[in-house]
Amino acid sequence: MPTFTIVHLEYLSWAALWTIGLSAIAFLGGGLLGFAMALARISPNRWVRNAAAVYIQIIQGTPLLILLFLIYFGVAILGFNRVPAILAAGVGLTIYASGFLAEIWRGCIESVPKTQWEAAECLAMTRWQRMTRVILPQAVKIATPSTVGFMVQIVKNTSLASVVGFIELSQAGKVINNSIFEPFKIFVIVAIFYFAICFPLSTWSRSLERKLNVGRR
Amino acid sequence: MSAVVSLTNVHKRFGAVKVLNGVSFEVGRGEVAAVIGQSGSGKSTALRCINALERIEEGTIEVCGHAVHDPKLDRRALRRDVGIVFQSYNLFPHLTAEQNIMLAPMCVKSLSKADARTLAQDVLARVGLAEKADHYPEQLSGGQQQRVAIARSLAMQPKLMLFDEVTSALDPQLTGEVLKVMEDLARGGMTMILVTHEMSFARKVATKVVYMHRGTVWETGPGAMLDDPQTPELRKFVGGEM
Ligand SMILES: Nc1ncnc2c1ncn2[C@@H]1O[C@H](COP(=O)(O)OP(=O)(O)OP(=O)(O)O)[C@@H](O)[C@H]1O
Ligand SMILES: [Mg+2]
Repeated sequence: MPTFTIVHLEYLSWAALWTIGLSAIAFLGGGLLGFAMALARISPNRWVRNAAAVYIQIIQGTPLLILLFLIYFGVAILGFNRVPAILAAGVGLTIYASGFLAEIWRGCIESVPKTQWEAAECLAMTRWQRMTRVILPQAVKIATPSTVGFMVQIVKNTSLASVVGFIELSQAGKVINNSIFEPFKIFVIVAIFYFAICFPLSTWSRSLERKLNVGRR
Repeated sequence: MSAVVSLTNVHKRFGAVKVLNGVSFEVGRGEVAAVIGQSGSGKSTALRCINALERIEEGTIEVCGHAVHDPKLDRRALRRDVGIVFQSYNLFPHLTAEQNIMLAPMCVKSLSKADARTLAQDVLARVGLAEKADHYPEQLSGGQQQRVAIARSLAMQPKLMLFDEVTSALDPQLTGEVLKVMEDLARGGMTMILVTHEMSFARKVATKVVYMHRGTVWETGPGAMLDDPQTPELRKFVGGEM
């Protein structure tokens, strides 16, 4: 009976890198799309605002697993019969992250007092200038801890990407288990990998939160 | 008539609450108008209407040649001519005093950074805060923050300045330093409209007093009007304030 060896550890390490890579794609893609959606949510145009609200509601109301299936099989229906796993997983997680980041960030932008908008408006600044020079710099500070906190969620949710054939950390654990059948040992090691990725993020988030509270007094 | 500001029969309501009920008054070039009245009489609302922060339902408002009541008003053009200072300072907390002042001239008037800095130093000196340029708002006292806010407005070289109870959040000592800056401005010929509870300041500096009561201009006249009220309401108000 084969047992857990350095080869398996190496395999898990590679899978962990894929997990990190997929998380980064989801965060960057979701960040860009989510930021656009957050801005759309507070647009002066009612239609833009409502459209963004509907998008966010749909994303937040759909389990990530279903979202991944829909993309994987949906694209197949459109005629591309072989979607690379990384693409399906990356797009799925990007859309998922955008729905949540949009709401987190909208809340942060709106928590900057209205009087700040007004002060900038009374100085004849354009809407864009008010947003970029006055509101966003303050909103970023408020948003940092919750954003980092959400990154941890993304990392953990990449484990669902295995359903579209993407081999990341937890899928790699399953693969190894199929050959050596030592589930407890394997998944403890997998958990340690996740912890090693997420713990620095959580710590960072907490320290940012502390710093922010000190700054605000 | 060279009125810088003229309100004619202005009506404004918030939902079911009628706040301005036919307000009319004029302020000429170089005049200092003190708007006084009980809490809730519509003073702040009138001031905000002048700066197009609130839309009016009826009447006309002309400010420095801009038809403020016109739905097609170019708000940014209006705001280049009109500065406003609020009770709560509203400085940008992420910027230093100097950066607070430099921002709008750079964004709106395309001043270079160097020119904007020179300008900031200039207006900071005018409000007596030259040495506080690098301080963030939270490192300044209320009176200092308010003076930076005034300097920030001045840097845009407005033709008209609006002040809404700018000393109400300050203790008497800090109030004095802010009032002094405003007095200097008035002496320099700035056209000003100030909502205030400082009766002695109004008496001393205002060329015109506008007493508002229940959303209308109840009584108006020169500063001396405060010593000789014509209506029982103003008599009561002045009596209560002293
Ligand atoms: N945004 C708003 N929405 C609803 N009601 C408002 C709003 N702003 C002002 N009001 C109401 O309008 C009335 C007049 O308010 P305003 O602030 O103009 O009075 P004021 O004379 O400035 O009083 P104070 O001396 O207390 O500042 C008040 O009854 C107030 O509750
Ligand atoms: Mg008021």
